[in-house]
Amino acid sequence: MKRSKRFEMLENRPINMDGFSKEWTEVGLIAMESPNDPKPNIKVLNGKIVELDGKKRETFDSIDFFISDYGINIDFTEEAMAIDSLTVARMMVDINVPREEIVKISTASTPAKLVEIVSHLNTLEIMMAQTKMRARKTPANQAHATNIEDNPVLIAADAAEAAYRGFSEVETTCAVARYAPFNAIALLLGAQTGRAGVLNQCSMEEATELELGMRGFTSYAETLSVYGTEAVLLDGGDTPWSKAFLASAYASRGIKMRFTSGTGSEVLMGNSEGKSMLYLESKCLFLTKACGVQGTQNGSINCSPLVVALPNGFRTIAAENLIASMLGIEVASGNDTAFTHSDIRRGVKLAMQLIPGTDFITSGYGGIPNCDNVFAGSNTDCDDYDDFYTLQRDMKVDGGIKPIREDEAIYIRNKAAKVCQTVFSALGLPEVTDEEVEAAVYAYSCKDMPKRNKVEDMRAASQLMSDNITGFDIVKALYDNGYEEIAERVLNLLKQRVIGDYLHTSAIFNEKYEVMSAINDKNDYMGPGTGYVIKSDRWDEIKLKENALNPENF
Amino acid sequence: MTNNHMEKSSIYIFKEKEEFKPSYFQDEVVIALSPAFGRRLKETIVGIPHVSVIKELTAGIEEEGLKVRYVKVYHSSDLAVISSIGSKLSGSGISIGIQSRGTTVIHQKDLVPLDNLELFPQSPLYDEKIYRQIGKNAAKYAKGEIPNPIDILNDYMSPSKYQVKSALLHIKETEQIIKGKKPVEIDIIVEEGGIH
Repeated sequence: MKRSKRFEMLENRPINMDGFSKEWTEVGLIAMESPNDPKPNIKVLNGKIVELDGKKRETFDSIDFFISDYGINIDFTEEAMAIDSLTVARMMVDINVPREEIVKISTASTPAKLVEIVSHLNTLEIMMAQTKMRARKTPANQAHATNIEDNPVLIAADAAEAAYRGFSEVETTCAVARYAPFNAIALLLGAQTGRAGVLNQCSMEEATELELGMRGFTSYAETLSVYGTEAVLLDGGDTPWSKAFLASAYASRGIKMRFTSGTGSEVLMGNSEGKSMLYLESKCLFLTKACGVQGTQNGSINCSPLVVALPNGFRTIAAENLIASMLGIEVASGNDTAFTHSDIRRGVKLAMQLIPGTDFITSGYGGIPNCDNVFAGSNTDCDDYDDFYTLQRDMKVDGGIKPIREDEAIYIRNKAAKVCQTVFSALGLPEVTDEEVEAAVYAYSCKDMPKRNKVEDMRAASQLMSDNITGFDIVKALYDNGYEEIAERVLNLLKQRVIGDYLHTSAIFNEKYEVMSAINDKNDYMGPGTGYVIKSDRWDEIKLKENALNPENF
Repeated sequence: MTNNHMEKSSIYIFKEKEEFKPSYFQDEVVIALSPAFGRRLKETIVGIPHVSVIKELTAGIEEEGLKVRYVKVYHSSDLAVISSIGSKLSGSGISIGIQSRGTTVIHQKDLVPLDNLELFPQSPLYDEKIYRQIGKNAAKYAKGEIPNPIDILNDYMSPSKYQVKSALLHIKETEQIIKGKKPVEIDIIVEEGGIH
């Protein structure tokens, strides 16, 4: 066939480097609306759920038992399930129906029921419903700070810059697991240098992650994964009870925590029981609720490339965020995975959460370039800041961050790198040289950093753990070496776990360490002029554009 | 197994021996293979033949003067489970776990399953050279050394291209699970030239 030049051009567009797949319902390769998904129903006998979504109690697996016994408001369930799903779907987009009324129905419904409700909504309606349903009134955002060399000085500088830009949470992980204590400490120091009250986490294997939290190196945790089929959950060495136990371990230490789940993970791990991805995610969210956990990181996360390879991909991901909000829990709504070669596609995906607003628009904006992202790349990274800021300015939406000037970034990065250098020296860890500090301030990626002796670093990291160094040693190191203000910030973060207010749903801190959560900053959206409104001082921050012409001086 | 045994005309047979027993020989590294590896599936996600992967891992270990035993894990397709079992059966406590698509990990017996010494999660990026390095580093851990970790490769665009394929491969891998079957020691027999 003689080729059309236009078709040839199209074929070579970035979008066509993405992988796509047709649906295959038998193995669960279907995003939503699978004919294999169960029809919603419930039967209660003597105060116990004896039938859930077409399954009788005798045939329940452990997830069904756990959800039935702890995850559904049994007192109201028969009334809630009797309401037609289309009616509830319409209530979701009716500005006259308050959020609480929906949450009351959702928390007494079954996983299949919520899937049926959201399936009645088109993409725009899902976004409208998300605006009303998110838990916290003020939207926020989270950043990644990692690098593939696990360079702690660079992590400190990157965390400081991210905090200064306004991210409320920062997250790191390791290229090599044994670096975990260094990365966690560097992130803590950087974040508190950048802005008081920014929460930090280090995503690791669960026992390590918990220990980092208990030591006071991190102030929240996020990567506690749950899955919607028993086989995959068991493969991860877990049961619903072990997950609930882990959740209570964090709660008992006063550390904020959310679970992680997301569409696509069960198929990617080889066992979907032939159900749709959205139905399985709905089960995950009920399991999260049943464990008493305040929030979730969902929105397909690192399975995004698989979900968006299928029809309905974006709509499904927006719907799973919405189901989380319907259950009254915090949602850190994904947008944290590079899933496409197409700039149009990744921008539109982001807009689906940026415009309605979620508790955390992304659960990992790349505060670093994607080549340094040890979570394998985010949907947006540091090269996209100006795009993100301009979108906020274009639409007058609050994505949780604000533009900063280059000199401010240099100042704050320098301060954080020096704080890191000082604490490393005070704790007797391998030296951070002046050359490293200088490099970290101006670096694009870890390629611009001098190489560290990794073997020595890892030895020291493991020694630090066996020497029982804790957050208080860091406070002392800061205080004794001229950083009283940062010492106080880190100490404040430790105090918060005794106070415990930040265990409430969707909690973040402002700079005075005052909690903003779904309790005292409750989303009360009921149509135009209600809910979150950008105030004039915030609008001044958001609309700032350094390279905009000033017509008055023209 | 050496390089010249592995010419292209050779046939490679993954032959089951017997139930895999833990050993006390500290000079060995165990390579733990996933259910479909070398059988139902024959190459990694980017088409590297499984025999070449085995050859490189083995050569890397042997270059450090250590021995190799191979174990086939049948009851799980989860890399954490596969490698963790391998490390518990290894005389040195060090194992390399590998899935059919090429995802690889170096594991040590006193670590919990989801922890690791080094993890290689982006299977589309790994070539023969990396597998050789993985073999070498695993052997170094087995000798009690602390080697420099292998440089991390990161291509953030790779999942958007390969994740669908990766899911399909893992579905096939998981289909090969035999519930309740214990890990089995295997011989990798090389028969040069012949047709059997």
